[in-house]
Amino acid sequence: MTEIKRTPLNDAHRALGAKMVEFVGWDMPVQYSGTMPEHLAVRTAAGLFDVSHMGEIEVRGKDALKLVQLISSNDASKLADTQIHYSALMTPQGTFVDDMLVHRFHSEYFFLCVNASNIDKDFDWIASNAKGLDVEVKNTSDKYFQIALQGPRSVEILQPLVDIDLSSIKYYWFKESNFSGIPVLLTRTGYTGEDGFEIYGLPDEAVKVWDKVLEQGQPFGLVPAGLAARNTLRLEAKMMLYGNDIDDTTTVLEADLGWIVKLAKGDFLGRDVLVQQKEKGLSRKIVGFEVLDRTPIRDGYPVFVDGQQIGQVTSGSPSPFLKKNIGLAYLPIDKATIGTEFSVQVRGRDIAVRVIETPFYKRKK
Amino acid sequence: MAEYPDNLLYTKDHEWVRVDGTLVTIGITYFAQSELGDIVYIELPKVGERLAQNDSFGSVESVKAVSEIFMPISGTIEKVNDSLNDAPDHVNNDPYAQGWMITVKIETPSELHALMSATEYEDFLSENRN
Repeated sequence: MTEIKRTPLNDAHRALGAKMVEFVGWDMPVQYSGTMPEHLAVRTAAGLFDVSHMGEIEVRGKDALKLVQLISSNDASKLADTQIHYSALMTPQGTFVDDMLVHRFHSEYFFLCVNASNIDKDFDWIASNAKGLDVEVKNTSDKYFQIALQGPRSVEILQPLVDIDLSSIKYYWFKESNFSGIPVLLTRTGYTGEDGFEIYGLPDEAVKVWDKVLEQGQPFGLVPAGLAARNTLRLEAKMMLYGNDIDDTTTVLEADLGWIVKLAKGDFLGRDVLVQQKEKGLSRKIVGFEVLDRTPIRDGYPVFVDGQQIGQVTSGSPSPFLKKNIGLAYLPIDKATIGTEFSVQVRGRDIAVRVIETPFYKRKK
Repeated sequence: MAEYPDNLLYTKDHEWVRVDGTLVTIGITYFAQSELGDIVYIELPKVGERLAQNDSFGSVESVKAVSEIFMPISGTIEKVNDSLNDAPDHVNNDPYAQGWMITVKIETPSELHALMSATEYEDFLSENRN
């Protein structure tokens, strides 16, 4: 049994009265005041998340771009320096080793943010694909804390604490900055469907940054928020969760992520499978659904189409902001259209659900 | 209002029981609702259904989790609190009055002896709170 891992903010969470749970080997706050109030605070004001469990893998060298282009479905040659995009870390089967954010410092230095559950697997995979290339791949996950400040008041809260004009960082761009004397990387990204920032820095500085942001944000309604709210927020925004909605059995196209598949960029792992799927058409696709009565639908509940079980709900939850029950599931392609009704089994009963437009929630810009 | 009123009996699964002659009214405790957080959905049995002690009689769901609720005693469902369909938050705000869930006709009065008093339940909570 390996020892449970703690982020540099573990004591801070306990002092705030967080309920702690084990999440993929990490002792993490699942909630503080409650999932509902935390979720709503992020939609209407702001929330602060410790996401230091997330992994960082850095790719440096003359062939850095070449390696990223090989392992990733999106086109990193289109990124400007200090720009970020979402992408799939690819298997040769067109499926996901992981999903990730690709940060481009410059053409010889890329910074990948990956899921905590996949750090070792991702690193091994990327390193094994780097053979023969002039590139250095490093797992630097232990070298950073990561805090996410999310919500419409994020700019107001963070601006007085940093030495740069935050309006100069556009959505999915980043800048290095000085946070009250502490060097940090500020990225305008997140996993909630709101505007906000993710702050990376050295682990020893995590508590100072966390405390300062919390204090500064209090008058704006900022609250600390846990993993449970992070999950319901990302589901409303239809952001994929690796291990639930996507994995090495689902292709990037089946996951309805065609916008991160750039076939024209040249070869990459799994490209031929995706080309074929595009030509022949998909056999299944992920859809978002709402429940027609009031029954909450949860991860793993069986999905039935025309009386046949065809799979499981990949993510399902009451939606705190939309006040209805929502979920995601893969459906045969002829059923994967808006308005289709199918059923989900809940404690032996068939509950009717309907395919609806996604994302379930979209912020007003 | 006391967190654990003296006139009720309690189970280890965090249900409370109020005895009125041959009937008992059942709900979940202050502790149970605070552990769950904001309750968004409650599934209850139908009037007339007969359930044995420790059978699940329904479920309570918060945003985060679903949690089963169990019969403190055996009996037939006499009444169900339908107002919880529209206002499941009664269970958070008023667990011992507006948040009641079912009324059951007692079959085996001796089953009540196994339930805890308020003091015993509070001791049970503090023992299990490490």
